[in-house]
Amino acid sequence: MGLCMTAAIRLKLENIVKEYPGCRANDGIDLTVEAGEIHALLGENGAGKSTLMKVIYGVVQPDEGRVVWNGHAVQVDNPAQARRMGIGMVFQHFSLFETLTVAENIALSLPPDEARNRSQLNQRINEVSERYGMELDPRRYISTLSVGERQRVEIVRCLIQETTLLILDEPTSVLTPQEVTSLFATLRTLSKEGCSILFISHKLEEVRSLCHTATVLRQGRVSGDCQPAEISASEIARLMVGDDTPISTRVTAAEPGEPLMEVSGLGWKSKDPFGTSLRNVNLDLHKGEIVGIAGVAGNGQDELLKALSGEIRADAGTICLSGQNIETLFPDQRRKLGVAIVPEERLGRGAVPDMSLADNALLTASGQGLVERGLIRSGRVREFSREVIRRFGVRCTGENSTAGSLSGGNLQKYIIGREALQNPRLLVASHPTWGVDVGSAVAIHESLVKLRDEGAAILLISEDLDELYQLCNRLGALCDGRLSPLAPTSELHIEQLGQWMAGEFESTEVAHAVA
Amino acid sequence: MLLLERRPVASSVMRWASPLLALVLTVITGFILFMVVGKDPVEGLKFFFITPISDLPGLAELGLKMAPLLLCAAGLTVCYKAKLWNIGAEGHFLMGALGASVMAVQLSAVNGFWVLPVVLLTGVLGGMIWAAIAAGLKTHLHCNEILTTIMLNYIALNLLLYTVHGPLKDPYGFGFPQSAMFSDSALLPVLIEGTRLHLGLAFGLLATVAVWVLFARSFIGFQLNVIGQDHRAAAFAGFRVRKLTWFAFLVGGATAGLAGASEVTGPIGQLVPQVSPGYGYTAIIVVFLGRMHAVGIVAASALLALTFIGGEILQIAMQMPKAVTALFQGLLLFYLLTCDAFIHYRVRLKKAAPQPTSAAVAAAPQEV
Repeated sequence: MGLCMTAAIRLKLENIVKEYPGCRANDGIDLTVEAGEIHALLGENGAGKSTLMKVIYGVVQPDEGRVVWNGHAVQVDNPAQARRMGIGMVFQHFSLFETLTVAENIALSLPPDEARNRSQLNQRINEVSERYGMELDPRRYISTLSVGERQRVEIVRCLIQETTLLILDEPTSVLTPQEVTSLFATLRTLSKEGCSILFISHKLEEVRSLCHTATVLRQGRVSGDCQPAEISASEIARLMVGDDTPISTRVTAAEPGEPLMEVSGLGWKSKDPFGTSLRNVNLDLHKGEIVGIAGVAGNGQDELLKALSGEIRADAGTICLSGQNIETLFPDQRRKLGVAIVPEERLGRGAVPDMSLADNALLTASGQGLVERGLIRSGRVREFSREVIRRFGVRCTGENSTAGSLSGGNLQKYIIGREALQNPRLLVASHPTWGVDVGSAVAIHESLVKLRDEGAAILLISEDLDELYQLCNRLGALCDGRLSPLAPTSELHIEQLGQWMAGEFESTEVAHAVA
Repeated sequence: MLLLERRPVASSVMRWASPLLALVLTVITGFILFMVVGKDPVEGLKFFFITPISDLPGLAELGLKMAPLLLCAAGLTVCYKAKLWNIGAEGHFLMGALGASVMAVQLSAVNGFWVLPVVLLTGVLGGMIWAAIAAGLKTHLHCNEILTTIMLNYIALNLLLYTVHGPLKDPYGFGFPQSAMFSDSALLPVLIEGTRLHLGLAFGLLATVAVWVLFARSFIGFQLNVIGQDHRAAAFAGFRVRKLTWFAFLVGGATAGLAGASEVTGPIGQLVPQVSPGYGYTAIIVVFLGRMHAVGIVAASALLALTFIGGEILQIAMQMPKAVTALFQGLLLFYLLTCDAFIHYRVRLKKAAPQPTSAAVAAAPQEV
């Protein structure tokens, strides 16, 4: 064992081509993964990472090219076959049944004879989880587990099936910093035992600390191979985005003004038994500052945004804007008072996919003189739309292109521009750069900072801690519908924020009260 | 192997070609059907499509049948744009006819210019009340509008039958289940002397134009469109979905109710059980065939009006059964829905994929 295996080539992809209608997702990709290697697959959204993973895992068949597994050319027809060969995959969105236990979920993916012997299975789950430092109780129901624990279930499920290649799709995007550290320890142990790991990510510092090698994809092709520990994050970023895109924003310090919004005792009860309820959320916002809300997805971010926008009506508490309680107002009435919202879903909430950009301007900007006596002033609508396109550098064929035809980054620039041009006093933005190319992300950050400097208050809800630390002057975290206290970014250590994200903020609240 | 593959962008050519293609396929199928039942297909199709519109009285009859179709289709367009699947135009129509008849019979001894408007408005109100029931069930109890409106159609029909057999039955009508003839002041003026074509057609055309303006220019139309295309965007924008749902249903009820009122105060002049040959249902085909667009709807209503008249002529001239009208309407809708699939999809021939060597598929995972 050991030495001789580390040199063996576990997986080799040769000239993989996969074409979808209107897009060549993989365009001749070569990739080699050795036994025991932690190999990063980097690239922006739409670079072809997911398609390549689906090819390896047998979800789709390549149009051209060869997959060589342990020295043999193979055709992977479906994921079941991939699992039999020893390939395991953990998707970004977990495939677990909330109403079943950990053991039951794992049993579902095993051959019948192994699945039936439940006590033996429980024992194996315990063995595997202890060996790799992933505490897990086989009898617990999935619905009671945190996102980090659910990910462990997925990983344990792969390991129980003697996986020799583990594919992880953006595994850290759902974890707190502490959970990331423990996941990395597990992955390093696995690697030492000879298990290969394909680690898909766009977080460069993580890749640098964890991975032995990296393959960078850009527009369906390999744009470079490197040893991430030996080159800088900005060099890797260059490989991802190409030469002509700016990769970072310079953020000047904020100069907060007078108080603008005060949320106190906000509560909302979810009707969905597995949904998140908001509990006693308190929040204050000053003019000219950006306040960040961190948190793992599904901890009440969407609910908080909807309560602020007026899409849901809170059961308790008040939302005061310059002293006026706006909690009882509809979304469009709040908008008239200067509240602008950028929701997480660009298509299907922030914009209607099949409508033109001009019509999508009308969606929220109708109060800007675009409608008179119930009739649409289409000339003004087009003009407003062109203004957004021009001022925010939206790449499109014009205001008549449909929202759905724009790339994520360009549509997001359009939506932010649409809200910004209405001179909001308060902007609430949820994950504004999620799934957006680096160039657009920089542009979006710049427009947020510009809006802040013009005196608007901005509430930034994000899972991207780098983004939060870069832009915000105060930070807090949501966990299970409760909001931690807010602390100045410069005084808030990432460890502390991680504890808040995990829901441990009772002690700090006391400390805060005393101070 | 043939594959149905999603187009990257919906085909705008196909959006308009599809109704024409459906019509051609309907004619071809009709041709074959005539042959199968042993009738001369050329003769049959001529009787069905050409004879009815070959002279002025024929064209007037066409306009007469178009009037209720246009009115019902205008209201349904408002609902369907917002993806509110109101199938209840037939019921609204019947309640409109019933309401107008009740008022007309009440006012049978009265003369005056105001009688007709009052009678028509009562019809409009009848249709709106019927639509309001479905709207309330939808917005307050989340009942599926397809089911409620269909069921309400049958209730309306039975209510109408009860009325003509009971309270509204003409005491001098020799026991026939029908109301008394309305007085002249409750009748719609005729548009072309010597024909039955009445003012109802003007109502229909006006309603079509009004709906076109609603969606082309007004903010309410825009909001209805957003609700139809993207419910979550409508909620995000803060549109009052509940109010707009009521608006769409009430417009649908009002226009179909006016259609029913125009029918009893127009060509019929009294309330009879068979006041509608299914105008409310046929209007659904009109809306989809006409692509929810004013010009398309006028053309589609002319075509569907033709199927009613053509069916009648075939019954007389070629002894075909009455079902021939429904058959042609059904074929048309069937082919339209089929052809519509090609707006978003296209057919592709799948080449046999090159087979990589699969000998090593079962290569066992190596020991680690």
